[in-house]
Amino acid sequence: MKLKSFKKGVHPEEFKNYTEHKSLERLPIPEQVFIPLNQHIGAPCKPVVEKGQAVKTGEVIGTSTGFVSSRVHASISGTVKAIDTFPHPLGMNSLMIHIVGDGNDEWVDTVTGESDWEQLSGAEIIDRVQDAGIVGMGGAAFPSHVKLTPPKGKTIDTFVLNGCECEPYLTADHRMMVERTQDVVSGTRILMKALGVSKAVIGIESNKPDAIEAMRKEAASFNNIEVIPLKVKYPQGAEKMLIKAVIDRDVPADGLPLDVGVVVNNVGTAIAVAEAVTRKKPLVERVVSITGDGIKEPKNIIARIGTPFQNLIDFCGGLSEKTAKVIMGGPMMGLTQHTLKVPVVKATSGILCLTDFSIIKNKEYPCIQCGTCIGVCSMSLLPTRLARFAQVENWQMAEELGILYCVECGSCAFVCPSKIPLVQQIRIGKMCVNEIKRKEKLETA
Amino acid sequence: MENNKKNIPEGESPKPAAPKPKPVEKVKKEKPKPQIFLLSSSPHMATVDNVPKIMWTVIAALLPAVTFGVYNFGFSVLLTITASVLAALATEAVVNKMRNKEITVSDGSAVLTGLLLAMTLPPGFPKAYAALGSIFAIGIGKQIFGGLGYNIFNPALLGRAFLQASFSVKMTTWVAPNTIDAITTATPLGSYKFENIMTPYFDLFMGNIGGCIGETSALFILIGGIFLLIKKYADWRIPVSYLGTVIIIGGLFWIIDPSQYPDPVFHLFSGGLLLGAFFMATDMVTSPVTPKGAWIFGFGAGVALVVIRLFGGLPEGVMYSILFMNGFVPLINRYTRPKYFGEIKK
Repeated sequence: MKLKSFKKGVHPEEFKNYTEHKSLERLPIPEQVFIPLNQHIGAPCKPVVEKGQAVKTGEVIGTSTGFVSSRVHASISGTVKAIDTFPHPLGMNSLMIHIVGDGNDEWVDTVTGESDWEQLSGAEIIDRVQDAGIVGMGGAAFPSHVKLTPPKGKTIDTFVLNGCECEPYLTADHRMMVERTQDVVSGTRILMKALGVSKAVIGIESNKPDAIEAMRKEAASFNNIEVIPLKVKYPQGAEKMLIKAVIDRDVPADGLPLDVGVVVNNVGTAIAVAEAVTRKKPLVERVVSITGDGIKEPKNIIARIGTPFQNLIDFCGGLSEKTAKVIMGGPMMGLTQHTLKVPVVKATSGILCLTDFSIIKNKEYPCIQCGTCIGVCSMSLLPTRLARFAQVENWQMAEELGILYCVECGSCAFVCPSKIPLVQQIRIGKMCVNEIKRKEKLETA
Repeated sequence: MENNKKNIPEGESPKPAAPKPKPVEKVKKEKPKPQIFLLSSSPHMATVDNVPKIMWTVIAALLPAVTFGVYNFGFSVLLTITASVLAALATEAVVNKMRNKEITVSDGSAVLTGLLLAMTLPPGFPKAYAALGSIFAIGIGKQIFGGLGYNIFNPALLGRAFLQASFSVKMTTWVAPNTIDAITTATPLGSYKFENIMTPYFDLFMGNIGGCIGETSALFILIGGIFLLIKKYADWRIPVSYLGTVIIIGGLFWIIDPSQYPDPVFHLFSGGLLLGAFFMATDMVTSPVTPKGAWIFGFGAGVALVVIRLFGGLPEGVMYSILFMNGFVPLINRYTRPKYFGEIKK
């Protein structure tokens, strides 16, 4: 049978073998954590604790009044040592709550044992999701309760669970589907109930046969959940591509999945939701793949949010001497880090350590109009033209050619034989065009 | 990625200022050196393809046809090829120097232009003129537009057009294969056009015929061409649409009047059509970037070729058909923009 997929895209080497068969390991409770107040898209939180205050694991330490926001919780028990700016993995310094642990890991007493969630209403489920501070854990970190509350007039009929993990190297989602299958499926069912949909599809790339098998087995007892194996291709984990692959719907270029009646969530999010709804457990830990040729013992780790990267790397035997890049996320869209002091945040799916050898150091040549980037662009844009217009600051043409629809997957720069930083230039172009549009809006208002 | 600092607002991680060692301290604490990491914008992976690799692969794909040309027409054509390639390299280097740019002779593009030009010349063509053609091809055909990637017309074909215009007699004097004293002969297209004599298909396919240095053997060009398509260094749509159009339109005329028009097989294997379709029309720089554009480009060149061959004053039209379509490429690109994913109908 021909496996389903989307059109175009690329086939980077997978490199999953570093960690794909390594079971999840729990990182010892760190001595200190740095919990950023902005770990999500939307308004940053305001601290609700004070310096010197004692906190328990799971206690709310930052909230926001905005709806598009997500609260943060203490991930260890101890004392607030400082509320100050520290390096954030997104590249800037930002406000964080520095907690020094007491070593007891004493949890707040609101966390309960397993309870039956089926009596809860959709609204109650969404409330619990919001209370637990859950965001999209695939990397975008969009607050989940917002996603679960579609605006009036939009009907959602299908829930899609994203088990693609199309980024090379990363295996966090893969291991979660294999080892925590039950939670993934119950999380899916909870999310279905919250959305009021009767159909769910789970898309998993065919390079994870053990995950497909486990998920199929677990989902077999529910006839409204279908597991769909997908052809291995990047960027299949991008929402729009995944929807195209599993249920063949075209999300409008400037629209959202909910415009075609779909909500997509990541495997890690489903587990967090299951824990939050059945046990009222807030999001204080997540699975992180520590991988790459620059780390001595690659592992899949369950780490507390706020744990410095250094702790995770030490737990994996440390960096090799030749390590030249440390990346949060995968090699296609991840962000390079300048220090290992940055903490694990809700969106940290992996820490990728690359040595000199695996870093691209190719000379840039002029564009030879080969059209390869056009042939792989999953949004069917013209990357070479967009990059050019961005470079010469022709914002009008860039916008006309759809620069704002770019999903920044990086396939164009990946294939370019002239090694032109296409997606990088487009990214800057997008920012500038958005800025111009924002200003225009202000002027007309 | 790392070498493109000018376009990305980023830099390598700043070195942490080294703490000044206090002179009073006798024992120096050996601090572990802080590791310095590279910062760059994603993606952090790339394919192994690059421009020189593409160029040298295309050159390698031409070697079977070149080797056969040397075997067919003798050692002297090797000198013609050498003269053409060296002149191309020298011109490239000189113009680079004049423009204060990096010397780009090693990227293989100049070698390819020189080689392609030589392959489209008659075997007995004077070597100095071949060199002159290369100088024109690189200087006027490519560098004047800004070098690799910016030229509108295929440089090798432009060089050939220059030679055709300047030395039209020399460009149409053909020697028979495997002759020691160059005996003049006619090309299959010439014999057909002016004397209405057909050349046997087997000779056409193998290349044991009169013609340009690297154009005679359909077999060896096909070997190289198919290799390129498999490596994906040539867009398959272009040879398919170009050759397909020639077969269909040429075939239509043949069906209408077989006594006056040649059959499509003859069209396909004679002249420089195969070399043109696989190696010249597919030149990345001068062909459309969009898939739909590639179809239009090949179709247009096919129509132009049949018209020139059947109704023009020249026996062969590959060169002009491709150059003609090269001129339309910017327009084709503009009107064949693919619909983006989820584009809303306006």
